[in-house]
Amino acid sequence: MSAQTVLYDIPGPKARARNWLYSVLFFLVLALVIYFIFAGFDEKGQWAGALWKPFVDGATWTQFLLPGLLNTLKAAALSIVIALPIGALLGIGRLSEHKWIRVPVGAVVEFFRAIPVLLLMVFAAAFYAFYTGIDSEIRPLFAAVTGLVLYNGSVMAEVFRAGILSLPKGQGEAASALGMRKTQIMMTVLLPQAVTLMLPALVSQLVVILKDTALAGQLTIGFDELIRSSGPLTGLYGNTIPTLIVVAIIFIVLNLLLSQFANWLENKLARRKKAPKGAKPVHSAPSSVVMQRDDASGGAL
Amino acid sequence: MSTLFDFLDNPNYDLLGAFWMTIKLTFFSAIGSLIWGTILVGMRVSPVPIMRAFGTAYVNIFRNTPLTVIIVFTSLGLSSTLGLNLASSESTTSLEDNAFRLAILGFVAYTATFVCESLRSGINTVPVGQAEAARALGLGFLQVLTLIVLPQAFRSVIAPLANVMIALLKNTTVASIIGVAEASLLMSDMIENESDSLLLVFLIFALGFVILVLPLGLLLGWVAKKVEVKR
Repeated sequence: MSAQTVLYDIPGPKARARNWLYSVLFFLVLALVIYFIFAGFDEKGQWAGALWKPFVDGATWTQFLLPGLLNTLKAAALSIVIALPIGALLGIGRLSEHKWIRVPVGAVVEFFRAIPVLLLMVFAAAFYAFYTGIDSEIRPLFAAVTGLVLYNGSVMAEVFRAGILSLPKGQGEAASALGMRKTQIMMTVLLPQAVTLMLPALVSQLVVILKDTALAGQLTIGFDELIRSSGPLTGLYGNTIPTLIVVAIIFIVLNLLLSQFANWLENKLARRKKAPKGAKPVHSAPSSVVMQRDDASGGAL
Repeated sequence: MSTLFDFLDNPNYDLLGAFWMTIKLTFFSAIGSLIWGTILVGMRVSPVPIMRAFGTAYVNIFRNTPLTVIIVFTSLGLSSTLGLNLASSESTTSLEDNAFRLAILGFVAYTATFVCESLRSGINTVPVGQAEAARALGLGFLQVLTLIVLPQAFRSVIAPLANVMIALLKNTTVASIIGVAEASLLMSDMIENESDSLLLVFLIFALGFVILVLPLGLLLGWVAKKVEVKR
């Protein structure tokens, strides 16, 4: 907030009048834009009750939307649960003292971070279809989760690495002075602290995963997530736009809840850590900014 | 070896053309989202409450919608249902052009929110004294923002912006779902026809993205160091 009030003085009578004028002008422009959108929708009959009515019907939700939402959540939950340990392993591997571990692990992480999730999913879908006997019913789920795990595992690896590196050096040194082995230091001293630090970044990575599950219904992957499972609905009622809007609202609400949770976590952790009363950081980046970066290589830590 | 790569000679597989399309999508979307993102951040920090509210609402809505939904909406919603046509219907490539421009529209709408949030955190790194001194000289809000604060903010957020741009480059693959002939669509086609060389096809495309992403990251990292504000 500090920056916002610094950019301009507290408005006096003249500035207040000017701000009012700008408000009114901007409101008019906005109203005009909204009117054009409204009229455009109206012209094509998109406000017709018949298109929106299915969404107050319970059957629409139980048949199309909720199963899709369930699949979306399932894929996201599976992905984060599998990606976490993989990310931890890769992140620790990249910090290894041995070059022959550090370098290949680094290459793997950079490789999968550079490749679009969609490509990974398309490849995984084809791979499972050609080379494995996985039942075609659950193959799409496998493909979606594989793609998400490969990408997010390597992103989480960077989060873990940044988390461990951000700990004070004395932690590891003290532990080794006590005679602990390297594995012991990592498992009992560094990792627990790093995980606590990373929690907000982890939750906001969930937002990214949730959004990426939407890819899994496309091209040849064919996973019945929310968008794809709402396809028959639009076929039935011819209401593409209303359906997409409802789907978008579901995603927005879920993601806003997750972001709020991440913010809350971060504030809670920040309070627990330090700050004597009255000592406020002058240029603290708003936590909401840090939280939603696509690339979680340490920004949130 | 020669037989292994034979399928690449098939004239239907325009590998370079597909990646060129990816680059074009990224380039135009990057320019569009930088401009729109800067306007959005101007609104988010402006003294006019309704602009702030609009900026916040826009960012929260578009940032939390999956890009897939946005891209599908541009095609099925804007184009098919509402009849929005961004290419002249007389040209022979009007369908392709329309899909291409719709995809860019979607990418700009989505990526601008991330540009906006990066810039907003950059504004916070500019020392308070800079804006205060500018105001003391009598500059108005727009002058303070465009002459003093934003130039410094931009320089300090090149690295986060680079991440946004790399994410954009990877996100352009989503354009394949509305039929823009870029890399991931070609890969999807090739996998179906050349199932024997599945791994090879994947590695070729993966390598293509690594070749695009790594230099971009290095270049922008170098730029970030070069223009960094020393404090």
